[in-house]
Amino acid sequence: MSQPSAQAPPLVELRNITKAFPNVLANDDIDLTLRAGEIHCLLGENGAGKSTLIGILCGLVKPDRGLIRIDGVETPIPSPRRALELGIGTVHQHSTLIPALTVLENLMLGDSRSLRLDQRSARSRLAELSAQLGVEIDPESKAADLALGHQQQVEIVKALWRGSRLLILDEPTSMLTPQGVAELAKVLGRLKESGQAVIFITHKLHEALSLGDAISILRQGRLVGEIDAAELTTRSHSELRGEIVRIMFGEEARTVGGVAELREDLAEPRSTRRVDEDAEVVLELQGLTVAGEGSERGIADVSFVLHQGEILGIAGMDGSGQRALAEAIAGQRRASHGHVFLYGGEVTRLTVSRRQKLGLRYVTDDRLGEGTVGVLPVSLNLFLKRVGEHPYWRHGRIQRTVIDGRATELVREFDVRTPFVTTRVSTLSGGNIQKVLLARELSFEPKVVVFHKPTYGLDVKTTASVRELIRQLAESGGAAVVISTDLDELLELCDRIAVLSRGQLVGTTTNGPDAAERVGELMIAETKTAAA
Amino acid sequence: MSTESATGRGVAATQPGRMRSLRAERLLDIAIRSIGPVLLALGAGALLLLALGRDPVTFYRAVWNGGVASGAWQDSAISMAPFLLIAAGLTVIFRANIWNLGYNGQFLLGAALVSGYAPSLVTHVPLWLAFVLLFLLSGAVAGAWTLVPAVLKARFGTNEIITTLMMSFIGIDVASILIKGPFHDPTTPLPQTAVVPFDKMLPAIPGTRIHSGLLVAFAAVIVVHYVLTRTSWGLRLQIMGANPKAARHFGVSVSRLIVVSFFVSGFLVGLAATADIMGLWGYIRTGWNPAYGDTIIPFVFLARLNALAVVPFIAFFAVLYTGGDLAAQQVNLSTDFLYVLVGLILLFMTVIEYFGRKRDLGASYLSPGLRQSLLSGFGRRKANE
Repeated sequence: MSQPSAQAPPLVELRNITKAFPNVLANDDIDLTLRAGEIHCLLGENGAGKSTLIGILCGLVKPDRGLIRIDGVETPIPSPRRALELGIGTVHQHSTLIPALTVLENLMLGDSRSLRLDQRSARSRLAELSAQLGVEIDPESKAADLALGHQQQVEIVKALWRGSRLLILDEPTSMLTPQGVAELAKVLGRLKESGQAVIFITHKLHEALSLGDAISILRQGRLVGEIDAAELTTRSHSELRGEIVRIMFGEEARTVGGVAELREDLAEPRSTRRVDEDAEVVLELQGLTVAGEGSERGIADVSFVLHQGEILGIAGMDGSGQRALAEAIAGQRRASHGHVFLYGGEVTRLTVSRRQKLGLRYVTDDRLGEGTVGVLPVSLNLFLKRVGEHPYWRHGRIQRTVIDGRATELVREFDVRTPFVTTRVSTLSGGNIQKVLLARELSFEPKVVVFHKPTYGLDVKTTASVRELIRQLAESGGAAVVISTDLDELLELCDRIAVLSRGQLVGTTTNGPDAAERVGELMIAETKTAAA
Repeated sequence: MSTESATGRGVAATQPGRMRSLRAERLLDIAIRSIGPVLLALGAGALLLLALGRDPVTFYRAVWNGGVASGAWQDSAISMAPFLLIAAGLTVIFRANIWNLGYNGQFLLGAALVSGYAPSLVTHVPLWLAFVLLFLLSGAVAGAWTLVPAVLKARFGTNEIITTLMMSFIGIDVASILIKGPFHDPTTPLPQTAVVPFDKMLPAIPGTRIHSGLLVAFAAVIVVHYVLTRTSWGLRLQIMGANPKAARHFGVSVSRLIVVSFFVSGFLVGLAATADIMGLWGYIRTGWNPAYGDTIIPFVFLARLNALAVVPFIAFFAVLYTGGDLAAQQVNLSTDFLYVLVGLILLFMTVIEYFGRKRDLGASYLSPGLRQSLLSGFGRRKANE
């Protein structure tokens, strides 16, 4: 950690940055100082204003007030192009690589300075940057064939391509295996040595503490806490952790204590419930094969059993066939081969509503696109999977008072914050929309529930309550399949974790102290053999 | 995304005061969006008349005299029958976010068959049975004419705007062939069908000149409204209209619903053919194409795809349609000026919709998909809006 001399102006300074969007003050008078050779962690919940701040730095968002100084000189950043010229490179949360192109082609794509494609100098630039980062990147492999961690390395190279001085990483670890995170940490170390300034956005506390040289905490658009390099070296991590949690959540701190990201010791096995091996098999998949749709991958020959009281996690990177698997179990998509059994009875050919009635439920990840109909009120959205059913419909005629009455109970039970049950569901916040979905799927005797990315995009508090609901389901005699790309979530919730890769289940492991490593190995092994 | 605390504390609590003011606000929005375009179009029409050197007062007074005053309202009411039935058919299909633009072909094909079979049917079976059979015949034929686009859309996702339009052209020509061929009245050299005797036409509503086809139309509108707003079928249709992906998630059989809603839409358009032929004309001639659907489409949207709300709009247009003929003659203008007025209504509707979106005046006329295709002409909007 190199302490910069007091005289030299910091690389980038943000002063009094304020940005308001309709109904929300996204950034409220934020000051931030970024120094060369320093990893600056930005912590905050969803909606705390991190994305807006980053948007301002990469020229995508124009602040209402405040100024940006680079090397002590006031420098507006009116466009993404200007940001690149100033040496500000960004690695976004989701891959921006074009899967069908090679690594080299992807890298040259971002460089439009000359019309001619100069392969030779691109190759040498790539060699130079990989040496600097201490990574090995094959210029000729297709982006689609790279493991997620390697894709990210290419993204970092791409951000550094035109000579970056400030590198912004937006939640870079959210989809990495533990091995991938360790490798990223090494790369960041090399970047630091070469004098890069890095902004590292995360909501995982332990990462911020172990990687960061300085930590800034955002809450509801305001900068509510700063921990500088000196404090990070002198004070113990557990002490700092407690303080950060208090700063991030204020008086809510006690209720969010259960969330994995905030746990004291991440190596500790989190699932202490043991599922009886002899417990009844409630869901069984036998050689299930489902065709993909469009560019989306299908699944091939997937088999597993789920016992009563069990939570089975399905890990894997995005696009491994998760959607096909979930939809085939729910009955939304037809299986071309194989069988689905519920309590020993075959349901392979049953419709969505028949399965729903049997207690087989599906909480979709596409909450706005398919999980709700935005123009309909909350009450009707709670009953969209029982359209036409007694007593909510009688002789095909809707019974509004019955529906509204039952909906009011559900809204109370699942703590959906809505002004009225007749409010359009599209006006609710993301967390409340997810609660509407949960209320629908977890009411009326749920037995086996498939959760697809159940906490994706939710704030910490809602995340905690969603996970609690999943646990309750398992404890009360139900069973759950949790499909998630967030490994920490699976480690916190599940009894067993299966790894889905390229549409196939490549292995299953019981959750325990070294489960993270084993899942990581399964994911890596599979990509290696596939690439070979 | 702000946190929940902003969205309100009282969970589903009944706050009648707030509820009422919200409702009043929404009603005001609806009024602005629905009646605004009509008033603006009439105003702009008046300016246009002035610019053409005509007296707008004379024109609008002539519309009133020809469409409402001294019994003329009965003529307007007669013209409402086919309008209402077609409007009901379009309401059903637009609610499903599907464009059935083949109404002209569906209507004329139904009309040709009704005109062809009616002369012999009314003499061979009891009159009431003949009417029932003719309504069913025209409905079934027009409904069947939608099946090709319907099945193509359900199975392959083919864009129905193009297929329904093409089928419409084919339907119009087939109707023409039928009239010149099998249904031709041999007693006349003109390309037309035999005329149904006056006493075998749909009976008038007692005490008026209005034929009972109007009652059929009102009944259809009420049934459609009930089905769309109160039944599970209507809700499934609305879900599919809002989002076909969601429909699949909720276990709605999308392809079957597409075919059925297409058939229902065509069936209602077909009923309009019987009401019009058996109530008003009594025969059909080639080249006759009233294109009722084209003129009433704006009103279906102004009524925000609500089958009952369409009635006052259709009544308004029927007056304009009936009285406008005479009025145009009085100020020495082509009757096409009426279509200018309809066009102005459409224009102002789109303008209000555009600014309404910007200010977000509550609900829109259109389901999101329809709105997007309609507004894409304005360009420069974000893809996610």
